[in-house]
Amino acid sequence: MSADLGEHGTTAEGGAPSEGNAAGAVRAVRDAADPAPGQAGPPLPDGATAREHRTPAGGAPAMVDVRSVHKSFGAHEVLRGIDLRVRAGEVAVVLGPSGSGKSTLLRTINHLEKVDSGRISVDGALVGYRRCGDRLYELREREILKQRTRIGFVFQNFHLFPHLTVLDNIVEAPVSALKRPRRQAVAAAERLLARVGLADRAASYPRQLSGGQQQRVAIARALALEPKLLLFDEPTSALDPELVGEVLDVIKDLAHQGTTMIVVTHEIGFAREVADTVVFMDDGRIVEQGSPAEVLDRPRHDRTRAFLSKVL
Amino acid sequence: MSLTSDPPVGKATSPADGGSRAPDGGHDAHAALAVVPVRHPWRWAAVAVTAVLVAQFLHGLVTNPGWEWEVFARFFATETILRAVWITLQLTFYGTALGFGLGLVLAFMRLSASPFLKGVAFTYIWAFRSIPLIVQLLFWFNLAYLYRRLQFGIPFGPGFFSFDTMGLVGAMSAAVLGLALHQAAYAAEIVRGGVLAVDEGQLQAAAALGIPKLRQIRRIVLPQAMRSILPNAANEVISLFKGTSIVSVMAIGELFYQVQVVYGRNGRVVPLLMVATVWYILLTTVLSVLQHYVERRFSKGAVR
Repeated sequence: MSADLGEHGTTAEGGAPSEGNAAGAVRAVRDAADPAPGQAGPPLPDGATAREHRTPAGGAPAMVDVRSVHKSFGAHEVLRGIDLRVRAGEVAVVLGPSGSGKSTLLRTINHLEKVDSGRISVDGALVGYRRCGDRLYELREREILKQRTRIGFVFQNFHLFPHLTVLDNIVEAPVSALKRPRRQAVAAAERLLARVGLADRAASYPRQLSGGQQQRVAIARALALEPKLLLFDEPTSALDPELVGEVLDVIKDLAHQGTTMIVVTHEIGFAREVADTVVFMDDGRIVEQGSPAEVLDRPRHDRTRAFLSKVL
Repeated sequence: MSLTSDPPVGKATSPADGGSRAPDGGHDAHAALAVVPVRHPWRWAAVAVTAVLVAQFLHGLVTNPGWEWEVFARFFATETILRAVWITLQLTFYGTALGFGLGLVLAFMRLSASPFLKGVAFTYIWAFRSIPLIVQLLFWFNLAYLYRRLQFGIPFGPGFFSFDTMGLVGAMSAAVLGLALHQAAYAAEIVRGGVLAVDEGQLQAAAALGIPKLRQIRRIVLPQAMRSILPNAANEVISLFKGTSIVSVMAIGELFYQVQVVYGRNGRVVPLLMVATVWYILLTTVLSVLQHYVERRFSKGAVR
């Protein structure tokens, strides 16, 4: 992830005292940078891209590229202009109070939630749309489903299929979405189960497992599609405190193997240990982002400081 | 039969039972005391009265000559009655199969995003739930009066082949049609209720995994919806099974009509009504047992 805050982060930081004015300023900056603001946010000319996004020293391309994403539910604006870039192999941890838009942001990245404006691309492909000339065509559901097979998503409440065994939970998507032969999918599922330490539970039903075990199965299920990106939506928030560790260990293991991931969590210790970048969100905006040391130990923004003082 | 849910006195002294000791050490003192369960004299009085009434009823069934059990026995398994039972079963089967088939389609129409499809399904359900079954059946029976010929072809355009309505829609098909269309309205709401009962997160998980849409419905949604669909659906099948007796107004030789024909001839009304009753009870019992096994099949992985 680039170290810069993007125009919105910077503006929000500068105009912190009055939220309303800050929002107005954000709009003004965005509109100035965007020659023709439209519903789906038409693509910026390359010059603007370069100005907005400082390529990191390593030159690794952005695996996830989120640009000025806005999203409202009714009158409530949940995302107020999000800019975020995550490089391949990077682990980004998103922190922030409830209702700050973290989960919504995560859900827009695999198009479970449609954005009102702005664009998101994953591994170079626009999410939910196809660009043709200067138009964006909404993708058909089948194409969106296909896109999602490259993005793993792990839910707060696991959402395992209760009527299928652990093995069938994992095998289902590779067989039906990727058309893998069942035997091959089963072999892969068994390897994944061993990897999350549940090799002996293949024939169990989800309700026979503890919360921590269920979440590990859910992670194995997401990995079965061999995604290029993994999204975790508060993966440990529904767990008993003593089960949190086993799930975090699996996620850490994945991080050390170079999996690109975005993790929404309240586990500050995990963020400090695993994150390459910590992103702090509040009220639909990214307030600040940087290395764990920068954001967690020397937060520049009052809001971040206030939040950290409560959760640490 | 135990009169109280209190544990037997002996058990209260066992150490496994006394995990929490009273802070004042009073536990041991209490454990030594005998426990006298509360008595329910009025419950015994109610049992006595009920038992006498039940005995009187059973006694009447056996001794009252009006039941004419020998007539019952003579007609219970005659060919006429067996054939009538078979027709009743056929009506139930086709009514259920077509009714739930159409109901499934209507349910997903009502759940679709298109206001038009939603509206059509809603109107269908509204209409068919509003019209009494017997009125509907008579309408279908008189279809030929409205449409003399049925023709297949391009809508509003030329036709390819046609049928004489009177020949195509006989009494039996009119009855099946009426039962199925009526059943579909109820089935649609039952299926829709089942689908709505499936946790939203299941659909999100299926969508996040990129599972194709039809497969999501067949493999993820419907098996889980079946859990809440089945008890209601079984109710509907059983009520349709007994409801087929209404078809007797169309002079179809199902069980109830045939029984009426027989007692019209020999005047033995009560024993012949008992013939029909016992058949209805027997077959309903079979359906209930069937329901138990089908429900068990769909309860895999469930805790209750």
